[in-house]
Amino acid sequence: MFATFLFYALSTVLLAAAVGVITVRNPVYAALCLILAFVTSAVLWLLLEAEFLAVVLVLVYVGAVMVLFLFVVMMLDINTATLREGFLRYAPVGAIVAGLLVLELAYVIWFRSEGLPGGTPLVPRDAAYSSTEELGRVLYTQYLYPFELAAMLLLLAIVAAILLTMRSRPGLKVQDVAEQVKVRREDRVRIVTMKPESE
Amino acid sequence: MVTLSHYLTLSALLFAISVAGIFLNRKNVIVLLMCVELLLLAVNFNFIAFSRYLDDPAGQVFVFFILTVAAAESAIGLAILVVLFRSRRSINVQELDVLKG
Repeated sequence: MFATFLFYALSTVLLAAAVGVITVRNPVYAALCLILAFVTSAVLWLLLEAEFLAVVLVLVYVGAVMVLFLFVVMMLDINTATLREGFLRYAPVGAIVAGLLVLELAYVIWFRSEGLPGGTPLVPRDAAYSSTEELGRVLYTQYLYPFELAAMLLLLAIVAAILLTMRSRPGLKVQDVAEQVKVRREDRVRIVTMKPESE
Repeated sequence: MVTLSHYLTLSALLFAISVAGIFLNRKNVIVLLMCVELLLLAVNFNFIAFSRYLDDPAGQVFVFFILTVAAAESAIGLAILVVLFRSRRSINVQELDVLKG
């Protein structure tokens, strides 16, 4: 009973936060609404007993990705007024598309759902069950190759992001360490032979 | 009682809101990226709900990979955004027409 109440309360917060993301004027508020949406969904995932992914969602998304978003939003000097031109003009189209999408999906989910599991209430798992352990068991055996590909993808993302944002300004005075290290005595010191002079 | 259909409906609503957001904020690249993140979150909801109700951890593995790809996507997307702003002084989608034929 409490879980049902929690589901409806958190769903309301999640949908309100999602509406906030797409409607607020200031991108900083949009990012903060998105953080609220992620935290709320993490709690909803806890209700579905996916503890590991709920923690990962908070750590990776709220901790890293959203901080990156806020960083970029605050770093760029954006004129939000010009970016919101046409907001009301496209609102009816967006509402119609979203409404049709919801109607179609709801029709499939509620009236064409023969053979869909979950008609019976969920049996809570016992305390010894660990979702982290179960996830790790399949991740490191059955999905080991995709897991390594994902690691490669993250490395690629790091390299790409650094390469894209790195810039070299012309006229900047910097040390070239390689040039400094490979210098030889002959480049710097010139020995001249000359007759000693005496007065 | 919360059934699988409730979770799927919540995910469908979230998906529809973010699709509407892409229509509404069609000039602001930052909010477009945020809408894409919301879309991926809605998809993840489906995976986790099915994983729980079918009692199969494979669904959670897919959520794990989607999170990885989404993090990489937003990092590169924001990097492109910063480079774009540096050269054009604007993030308006309408002004990004240098590639048009």
